[in-house]
Amino acid sequence: MLPQQLLNALTLGSVYALFALGFTLMFGVLGVINLSHGAVFMVGSYAALFFVNHFHLPLWLALLSAMAISGCLGLLIDVLILKPLRARNAPHLIPMIATIGVAITLSSAAQGIFGAEIMRFPEGTIPTGEFTFGDVHVRAIEIGIVAISLAVMAILFTALRRTQVGRALRAIAESPKSAALLGINVEGLFRATAFIAGALGGAAGVLIGLDFNAITPLMGQPILHKGIAVIILGGMGDIRGSLIAGLFLGFAEVMSKAYLSSQMGDAVAFGMLFLILLVRPSGLFGRVLERKA
Amino acid sequence: MSSLTKTLILAATLVTVSVQAADIKVGVAEALSGGAAQYGVPIRNGFQLAADEINAKGGINGNKIQLVIEDEQGKKEEAINVFKKLIFQDKVLMIFGPTLSNSMFAAGPVANASKTVAFGTSNTANGITDIGPYIFRNSVMESDVLPITVATAVKHYHIKKVAVMYGNDDAFTKSGYDVFKKVLADQNIPVTTTETYVKGDVDFKAQLTKIKAGNPDAIICSALAEEAANIMLQARSLGIKAPFIGGNGFNSPKLFEISKQAGDGTFVGSPWSNDNPSSANVNFVNAYKKKYNAEPNQFAAQGYDALYIAAAALKTVKLSGNLEADRQALRDALPKVTINGATGAFKFRPAVTKDGKPGGFDADQKPFIYILQNSKFNLFTGKN
Repeated sequence: MLPQQLLNALTLGSVYALFALGFTLMFGVLGVINLSHGAVFMVGSYAALFFVNHFHLPLWLALLSAMAISGCLGLLIDVLILKPLRARNAPHLIPMIATIGVAITLSSAAQGIFGAEIMRFPEGTIPTGEFTFGDVHVRAIEIGIVAISLAVMAILFTALRRTQVGRALRAIAESPKSAALLGINVEGLFRATAFIAGALGGAAGVLIGLDFNAITPLMGQPILHKGIAVIILGGMGDIRGSLIAGLFLGFAEVMSKAYLSSQMGDAVAFGMLFLILLVRPSGLFGRVLERKA
Repeated sequence: MSSLTKTLILAATLVTVSVQAADIKVGVAEALSGGAAQYGVPIRNGFQLAADEINAKGGINGNKIQLVIEDEQGKKEEAINVFKKLIFQDKVLMIFGPTLSNSMFAAGPVANASKTVAFGTSNTANGITDIGPYIFRNSVMESDVLPITVATAVKHYHIKKVAVMYGNDDAFTKSGYDVFKKVLADQNIPVTTTETYVKGDVDFKAQLTKIKAGNPDAIICSALAEEAANIMLQARSLGIKAPFIGGNGFNSPKLFEISKQAGDGTFVGSPWSNDNPSSANVNFVNAYKKKYNAEPNQFAAQGYDALYIAAAALKTVKLSGNLEADRQALRDALPKVTINGATGAFKFRPAVTKDGKPGGFDADQKPFIYILQNSKFNLFTGKN
């Protein structure tokens, strides 16, 4: 039972980490807690479903198209909502509240267009490969989720450290004003970040939609709560932190369901979050927060 | 409810009044607007279909049935108002409804006190018929269905021990679990583990891995169809081969549309089935589809049967024109009725009230037991 539960925890944790990536990127660069990330995630799922159902795209192409759609949505949210607020020097809480409005609008729109019923990918779309090692069962899609999450994180992490754009982004994270003085195109990079974050959110939506095969207008809500926990625990804006914190949350949840009681999953996970924050208020890798302060 | 709909219903009622020189007035108090309308509307459709059929064949002893349909909105207060209107103003012979158990608890006593039959077709709560001797229902309770479902599956699969999984934050799945728990205790079937989930959960693997470790012969599951289907899919992907046993929540085509082969072997019981091959049911299903251009459901079938039950009772009664005497005669004739309806063979059984006072009458009806095979519910005959 333990090896299977560890595997369950690894997939669940990777899902959390993948979701939290775009979330943490938005915070690290734009300084915005983007509460519409769950809705963007949901739109990604529906977009892939739409491409599969209506254009009969293969899964990988539907995934990329969905990422493009949700990326554009992220960009749109930045241009229409966040940028005007930045231009007016709105205090930190305002963009957060505005994104709540975006989330409500998007999920209501999805409900209006697609209905409140659970939708699924048609049969045959989801890779059905399965592997059995002794008593442990793992599906191809689960391996895909873990692999894609780790790969995306590695790419982002390296890009931020090693490339010119990455350095520019880190400079913006430090201080947008000084970055602009240094000749960095701050607004352009804000837009790029919003696009990438949206695309990552959309990718997470597609993968989770495939894994659990349940797409609903409100699917972004529960995972948004987990996402907030992950980025707080990992240290706001830290890529490595969101990976480790995502896995941590997945393990805490699965293990408490496995060895305590299935009613305790969230209680234990969030209880531990509280305890860790008591000891390390800025999260596991809380440098960005300290820098910002 | 919009004023337009109200006008339409009023118009419909007026048309019925003028076209049929109706002499037997029967009240129908169902939730036709609001959240409970999803049950109330099919119930009303079932009544209308049955009334049309009975009247087309010449009515009851030459008298046509006139339905006086009122919207009780799924609210207790409204149900009381509607009951009072039907009993004292419209002077109906009896009332069908209301839709929800809560409303029956509120409005039932009004009918009982004025010695008028209130006949529920969708009230499944315990204690409904404790209200008094004028309260009837043909709705079968889960506590009547699940013991038979479990016993049939236990016999078929030689089940020694089971695991249980249910949604613990939903009144419907939780009450289903409570019944299952009692049934398992009554039938002395050990439970390896009891797992829960909450609304909106999509990942059941941690619980299922735990269930797998206990190696149960079957998994008892009180869940709504969509959740149940996902639970089945994830169970199979973890290598669990044990069959599922479900409650009323499983009674939806969604279950096998989603679960595909993962649900095969599942046992479920239901008061009604679309596929029941009896001629009464085939007639009902076809006529309903023709009249409403929609698939009937359990609630429509129970409404349809209820009017036939009342019609059977009325056939044996000689109406005197004295409302009080006629209401009493109908009340005394009802318990003796047996019919073969869309929901199968039906008879009443006197309710066993908690305080020993005379109560009303519950449905004494065997549920249909189904086994899911090749993504389809097949009536379980013992030979499947």
